[in-house]
This record gives sequence, C-alpha cells and structure tokens, in this order.
Amino acid sequence: MQNNQENALEARDISFRYDKKSPWILEGYNLKLSVRERTALVGPSGCGKSTLSKLLSGYERPEKGEILWKGEPLPKTGYCPVQMIGQHPEQAVNPRWKMEKILRECWDPEEELLEKMGIEKEWMKRWPIELSGGELQRFCIGRALGPKTEFLICDEISTMLDVITQAQIWQVLLEEAEKRKMGMLVITHNRSLAERVCNRIVEF
Amino acid sequence: MEERQSNPVLQVKDLSISFSMYDQGMAKHDLEVIHQLSLTVRRGEILAVAGSSGSGKSLLAHGILGILPKNAKMEGEMAFCGQKLEPSLLENLRGKEIAFIPQSVEYLDPLMKVGKQVIGRGKKSERIRRQEKMKQVFERYHLEPSAADLYPYQLSGGMARRVLIAGAVLDQPKLMIADEPTPGLQEELARETIQNFRELAEAGCGVLLITHDIDLAMELADRIAVFYGGTILEIAPVEDFSAEGANLRHPYSRAFLQALPQNEFCPIKGSQPYAGNLPKGCLFADRCPYRREGCQEEMEMRALRGGEVRCRYAE
Amino acid sequence: MNKKMDKFWNRKRKTCFVIGVAGAYLILVLAAGLWMSPERYGVDYNAKFTAPCLAHPFGTDQMGRDMFFRSVKGLSNSILIGILASSVSSFIALVFGVTAAIKGGKADGFVNWCVDVCMGIPHLVLLILISFMMGRGGKGVMTAVALTHWPELTRLVRAEVLQIRSAPYVKASYRMGKTRFQAAKEHMIPQVLPVYLIGVVLLFPHAIMHEAAITFLGFGFSAEVPAIGVILSESMKHIATGKWWMAVFPGLMLLLAVVLFDLIGENLKRLLHPNSGNE
Repeated sequence: MQNNQENALEARDISFRYDKKSPWILEGYNLKLSVRERTALVGPSGCGKSTLSKLLSGYERPEKGEILWKGEPLPKTGYCPVQMIGQHPEQAVNPRWKMEKILRECWDPEEELLEKMGIEKEWMKRWPIELSGGELQRFCIGRALGPKTEFLICDEISTMLDVITQAQIWQVLLEEAEKRKMGMLVITHNRSLAERVCNRIVEF
Repeated sequence: MEERQSNPVLQVKDLSISFSMYDQGMAKHDLEVIHQLSLTVRRGEILAVAGSSGSGKSLLAHGILGILPKNAKMEGEMAFCGQKLEPSLLENLRGKEIAFIPQSVEYLDPLMKVGKQVIGRGKKSERIRRQEKMKQVFERYHLEPSAADLYPYQLSGGMARRVLIAGAVLDQPKLMIADEPTPGLQEELARETIQNFRELAEAGCGVLLITHDIDLAMELADRIAVFYGGTILEIAPVEDFSAEGANLRHPYSRAFLQALPQNEFCPIKGSQPYAGNLPKGCLFADRCPYRREGCQEEMEMRALRGGEVRCRYAE
Repeated sequence: MNKKMDKFWNRKRKTCFVIGVAGAYLILVLAAGLWMSPERYGVDYNAKFTAPCLAHPFGTDQMGRDMFFRSVKGLSNSILIGILASSVSSFIALVFGVTAAIKGGKADGFVNWCVDVCMGIPHLVLLILISFMMGRGGKGVMTAVALTHWPELTRLVRAEVLQIRSAPYVKASYRMGKTRFQAAKEHMIPQVLPVYLIGVVLLFPHAIMHEAAITFLGFGFSAEVPAIGVILSESMKHIATGKWWMAVFPGLMLLLAVVLFDLIGENLKRLLHPNSGNE
C-alpha cells in the first residue's frame, strides 16, 4: 500500500504507435510518479512527450504494457482521476458551446476558485472564439480541477500564453496542488519554468 | 550603429488592421486587431516582435506582405528602402527583395518537388540561373542537392524548415520576415536556424522576427518590440532586457520581464485586452501601477533613451 | 440612404432573405399541387393547342389540358419524390456514414467500397437499371432515385463524424466521466446535424432532375401522370410544329425549382459554416 501511494501513477513497459505500420513513438518506456511530487519532463519537441501525456491520462491506450493508477489499471470509463490539460485550449473546448457550459461540463467550480483563476464573470456568456488563448486556458484548467482529480498532467500548458498569464496560471495551479495534495506531471521545453514549478526534473 | 540608423529597410507608420465581423444577430461591425502600430527595421539588424500567440502578431506579417484575408482592412503607411510600399510595388518585391518564412511547413505545396518550389516559375534562362543559385544555397544550409527532388512529405521537420529558409534567401532579400520560425524544431535545429538569421543580418539583410518566445527573442535579436493588445508598447535594445529591466521604458515591459520563470515569476493582475474590447488611451492603463489621469488620452510612440515607448510618463 | 440600405442588406440578411423566398416558393408549389383538383388540368378538346393567353397562361396541350396547372402539379409531384428520395437516401447515408466512422476497420472498408461502386457506375445508367428492374412507373422511379443518392452524403457524414470523434474536447469529455451516449448527444449531433441537413437540401435538386430525366427517357412515370418528365417528352412531339410553350414553360419551372433548391443549400452552407459566416 505504501508503495502504491509512492508510485501513484505508473507507466510500466509501455509501447505505442498510432497505427500498425508507423514506427514506434514510445518503446518499452517506464515512469513512476508520486502524488506528493511535481515532476517536470523536459526534452526537445517531437520526441513523444505529448504522446506520453495522452497515454498517462487515458486519452490513448498503449499497444504494449500498462498504465497503473494506485496499482490498478487506469479506469476506462467514469471520471478519470488523472486529468490532462493540453497546449491548445482552443481545440479542447467545443466551439459551439458558451464558456459557462464548457466550464461546468462536469462539476461546478466555486466562485472563489474562478476569481483566483482570473476568470471574469462576463466571459461566461461568450463563445470560445471570442476569447484569447490565455483566457480559454484558464477555463480548461478550471474544468480539469474537479474534486475527483487527484493527478494533473500539464502538457506545455503555458507555451502559447504571454509570460504574465503564464505566471498567473502557475501561481494558482501550484497553490491548488499544495492545498489538495495533488501530484503533477509538467511537460515543458522551458527549463527555467521546470525548475520554478517542480521539485523533480526528469530528462525525456 | 550610425550607419544602420540611416538605412531603414522597412518603415511602418500607424498601421491598423481591422476585420469586419458579424455579431450574434444580423449587425456587422469592424474589429480592430492591430492598432496604430509603428516600427522600423534597419539594414543588418534583427528586430523581434514579441507577444503572446493569438494576439494578432502574424497579421502584422501578413499585412506587410499584403496577403491578408478578404474581410480585412488595412490603414497606415509603409515604406520599403524609402519608397512608399504600394500594392503594385509589393507585388514585384514579394518573394524577391522581401522574403517570408511562414509559421508552418504546410505552406509548401505537397504535390510539387521542393526544388521546383524553391526555383519558382519564370523564363527558362531565369530558372536555370536560379537552379545554380539554389545549389549554392542548399549547400550553405546543409541540404543535399538530391533534396531538391523530394516531395515535402519526405522531408523531416528540420529539413522542411531549412528548405523554406533556402527558398526565402535565394534572391538575397533586403528584408526577411519570419513568423515563428523555431517551434517544433529540436534544440539543435532551432539553434542552427537562429544562426542562419544572424548570418543573413550580417550580410546586410533586415530581419523582422515575429515570435511568442521571449527567450528566443532575447538570444537572437538586436532590438525587441513588445507587442501588447494589438500594438507595440516599447521598442528597446536587447541589452535593456537583461537583469532587473531597470533600463526598460514601459511599465508593461518591466512587469513582463519580472514574470519570466528565470526571474521573479511574479505575475501582475488582469489580462491582456482583446481586439474589439480595447480601452481608450494607453492599453496597459488598467493594470499599470503608475496609472495617472492622462493615461486615458490617445498617445503616440515617442523616442526615449535609444528606444521608443508608447507611454506619456516614461522617463 | 443608399449607404444605410447597404448596411442593412449585409450578406447575412441577404442570405436569410434568399433562403426564405426560395423556400416559400417551393412550399407554395408543393402545396398547390397537392391540393389541386384534377379538373384543373382535365381534358378539354375545345381548347387544344391554345397559345399562352390570359385564361391559360402557359397555353394548353394536344388534349386541351391547361399547361400551367399541369406543370404545377408535375413539379409538385417531383418535389414530393425529391422529399421521399432525399429522406431515404439521407437515412442510408446517415447509417452508413456513422457506422463507417465509428466501427472503422472492415465496416469502413465495406462502406467505402459501396460508395466507390455506386459512384463508379454512370448515375443515369444506374437509375434506369433500377427503375427498369422495379417495373418502371412511380414505384420504379422512386426506388431508383431513393437508392442512388446516398454516396456523396455518406462520405460527408463519415468525414464529419471521424473528425469530431477525435476532437480533443470530445476525448476530454470522455475522460471527465461522460458516457458515449452523453458525448454523442451533447457534442457530436449538434456538430454533424447542420452538415447533414445541408447535404439533404443539396440532394433535392439532384433527385428532382433525375426523376424528370428518367421519366423523360420513358423509364419512369406512365403517360397519364402529370409529371414534368412526361410533359417534356410529350412536348418534344409537338415542338416541330411550333408549340413552343409546351416545352418552354414546364422546362423553366423545373429549372427554377432546381436552381432554388441549390440556392437554399448553398446559402445555408454559408450561414452555418463558421469560416464563411463572417464574410
């Protein structure tokens, strides 16, 4: 049990490719992540970091090997305790929905969190195309911070944002992570950001 | 430095770009995305325009090149090497004296061999001359001569990027506009691309680099233009961006520098105003710690301590 | 004033206006035909071959039938067949398209094969074959038209479903605990439906044209039914003797209906498509 807590999220010997003919993107990869830590995964782009984050959060399934959450295979249906936030918030929201509906798709974030996130009330009535990437990303983060989220994977979430928004978003995320003892995997190419927000750095 | 100053390659004055859009209902209105933007690119320098993605930076490049979509409207003046940049002149210069490296490799025609795309159309003698040149340029950018016979999908990301650059420099342009040239490149290649830009500038070309990556801008550029809410708030020599930023002129630039993870990583409140919702006067006023009454009035770019700033009270 | 008018008549308003007018005309024709008493286009040998006049705006034919009412009735029949054929074809397209996109693999291969086969045979030949096999007449035409108009729409639906299925926000929805049914209801249907509806509207003109075409060639409705194809083929016998009105007016009405349906479809597309919506 102790061990399971330590290694809450584990990739065991996973291999992945998008179809049978294409080359392996990941082959026999192993990674152990604890809920007590914020781990940064640093490496050049195009080497499979994003694929790994999709596998760890259950967006894709590995062809070989398995993803374990507290010793059990990652749940396939229902609310996944491992949530992922991606690099392109504009793709992660339904363009035909208003922001309010997007934010509350699965849970009702309390006012306090929204205020901390810098989500203004007036944005709720807008369509996604009327907001900038930074504003949309706040919604995506708010949406992913449901009470059942125990581990958060952040795949280059602030790469496309301006640096002030980046600092704002990370301030809130770090506070939340501390408060709810939430583990994090932070994928970034920016080493100084990794050093700032994480307590363990892994080279990919 | 003196010589450079006297040799502007591109001058942009009070450039505004707006789009006509529909509201929820039937009414139509204009949305101004770029607002009274002025900048000058000098011979032999790299000017980086740094701002967040989606804030309209790419439109600046498209506006200068005259390749905006149909529902866009452009105002303001532009001059190339002292000549007023009219659409007819632009037509002749584009792809020759003014080169463009697009953001995405998808700008290559997937059904045409890359060599053919780099050479382009024209008379046979012209094509032969350009082919010779292409061989030299390919060699300079470490591309095998055989790469000319490949289709874009056969190229790796880095190679495709170098092909785009090779195509852009073939005619020894006087002005190079590069829109986000490095994302998606591995570190080594990004570094190499940066080196290529530096070489171009050394050869006398003016480079306008549009990027969201401030680290890249600080490493590569001679001057940095800080882009915010559709306009440029400050243009400063790159040295001013080091350390505390005490030499910077605009409060936003300083806040920006402080928010970098390698510096304090300390944010200020609020968010960047978005096109269609811009405040009057200074765009940064509602977040500015030094806001005063005069900030609500229109203001122009002015020269200050070897840079330019769009703030009344900067000293 | 002129400027103000220009501002009012922007493209969105114009588009809606075009759709409204075209739709109203077509519904009017359909309704008029449905509730028209057969006496209106009854035989009247006293009035054979009357040229267009006030009493008979489109003239009369060799049996003295009023060409205006016959054309309206004929067109109404055509629209009816168009509706029927489009519903059957679009239903096939929906089932095939969705199955291909969701099941993938062999099902996808099979559907694509069907589409290729169906599109590989010249359309008119296929129509004639099916109509002939079904014993011509109304049943033949309807089956033929209904069974041959699904391939393009199938491709469209398949592509659309494939695209939205892999959209990050749909995948995120699953990971946040939504079931397949919920995701389909909330995300997929609202996205695919407009595309599908436009496809259905754009099927109409094809169906109407093809119905008229095979009837004209003699593989469709029998001669006593007032159908545009029958009218046109009859008029061919008399055109050499200068009875131009028998061909021109019904022909124009058919053309108008087809153009209007096409116009509605294209305008709807412009309105619902996010990229061109702002032009």
